[in-house]
Amino acid sequence: MSAPELPLTRWYGEEAHARVGFFTDTSICIGCKACEVACKTWNDVPEDGLDFTGESYDNTGELGASTWRHVAFVERPPADVEGPEGMRWLMSSDVCKHCTSAACLEVCPTGALFRTEFGTVVVQPDVCNGCGYCVSACPFGVIDRRQEDGRAFKCTLCYDRLKGGLEPACAAACPTDSIQFGALDDLRERAQARVETLHAEGVTEARLYGEDPGDGIAGAGAFFLLLDAPEVYGLPPDPVSTTRHLGEEWAAAGAAALTLAAGLAAAVLAGRRGR
Amino acid sequence: MSTAAPDSYYGRPILKAPVWTWEVPAYFFTGGLAGASAGLAFAAERAGHEVLARRTWPVALGALSASPALLVSDLGRPERFLYMLRLVKPTSPMSVGSWVLTVGGLATAAATLIDRTGRLPRFGPVAGGAAALFGLPLTTYTAVLVANTAVPAWHEARRILPFAFAASAAASAGGAAAIVTPAGDAAPARRLGVAAGVAELAATEAMVRGLGSLGAPYREGPAARLAWASRASTAGGAALLGLAGRRRAAAAAGGALLLAGSLALRFSVMAAGRQSAADPAAVVEPQRARTGAP
Repeated sequence: MSAPELPLTRWYGEEAHARVGFFTDTSICIGCKACEVACKTWNDVPEDGLDFTGESYDNTGELGASTWRHVAFVERPPADVEGPEGMRWLMSSDVCKHCTSAACLEVCPTGALFRTEFGTVVVQPDVCNGCGYCVSACPFGVIDRRQEDGRAFKCTLCYDRLKGGLEPACAAACPTDSIQFGALDDLRERAQARVETLHAEGVTEARLYGEDPGDGIAGAGAFFLLLDAPEVYGLPPDPVSTTRHLGEEWAAAGAAALTLAAGLAAAVLAGRRGR
Repeated sequence: MSTAAPDSYYGRPILKAPVWTWEVPAYFFTGGLAGASAGLAFAAERAGHEVLARRTWPVALGALSASPALLVSDLGRPERFLYMLRLVKPTSPMSVGSWVLTVGGLATAAATLIDRTGRLPRFGPVAGGAAALFGLPLTTYTAVLVANTAVPAWHEARRILPFAFAASAAASAGGAAAIVTPAGDAAPARRLGVAAGVAELAATEAMVRGLGSLGAPYREGPAARLAWASRASTAGGAALLGLAGRRRAAAAAGGALLLAGSLALRFSVMAAGRQSAADPAAVVEPQRARTGAP
């Protein structure tokens, strides 16, 4: 069984699958938004605003409760050209990262967010009570509460399609294979080879994002090959799951509660000596 | 290679705005008031301050009764509030807090009823002890709840925020008890209100300083205005209670100011989180510094 960082076999036994994910290779994204359309259509995700943003070809804006794939468009001068004569497109289809250490899942009080037998992170809409904790826990700003519905929604990595042996709708629709679906182990190998090829071809700015199990989220299930710094695409450069520090936080809360107990005791006892 | 300066995607926030509405900081206040009041009532009872204890239990119960209503109305699906108790989940401060509130609430109701009716007096110390025991974490877990997020102004204050909330809760409890208790019996409440008010001011100041540039929301905008209101009320309340608290009117005014300062602090922290989450630089810059990016 792949992906040793998630003990899927221990949790799911016979039902466990190899951990799957996405490798989104932005160097071959053409910005067609087929992924956005396929995702909306397959998952019956409601319309969330037909706005003109003025932000290049991106009128989607950002991931959210009703946007589970988002193609970012960045128009930048190439690094080696000064002035307006040169222009470089950066296009990248963003998605939920399906973190190994998923803060949304860890803080969810109802258990609505859970880890599937594929190693993905999914919200169960029949359990979510719309507390909103996952929204502030996600270091990527992915999951959000749907205003008119009250519950939190995000990419399911097409859980229903996975169960039927199909690949997720966005990957199936991607005409350039910028979005690659597969077993995470295979994807990591493929990504490593791809970044080495690009470096050999002189594309030194190519870098992988979210592929490292040693990072602050213990590796993403959906990771990327980027051509610029993550923040240029609206991604945090070094996200850390907030629950890494939970022990520290509970310790501080315990110490503060004990200090309060001491203060209360002192307040009721202080006057006694004077009597 | 790429640009050296921290960048963003059209200035858009990286994090989603917290969806919590006014009910949540209001609950941080009522939960803190309830927890510290239960602790004060129990301590007063044990130390023989019977009048103070008798007046303080209903404060705890009243604040506790308001708490679930606030929390339920903030949910996206209020009819599913009981789903909060589907699990006991230590990695979710909200799950832990739901249980603390439930058990602490029931114990406080029992302690208050026993104290007011005089029935089942044998169970008084048990119920009161449980109310105080669960009341203490009720004042501080809410700090863990906001600290355990990706929001920089909350998360990076994780070591000090529980102390600020505990102090604020104690100040509000001292203030409330000073209002409802005859001055002759309220000396411990006044001591608590003054000392905790000073501690609240100190902890809040330490938090903002410790945050450095991430504390910007406390220096500008809605969070800063609320923080200013909180400081002014708390300082005024502590001074009034400390200097003239033996007089009924001064005790009432000072207690009310401490309550207002405590309430404003929770709203200030909530607003600071909202401002912090909206600022992509607050997310990107510390992370870039950590990775050693140019």
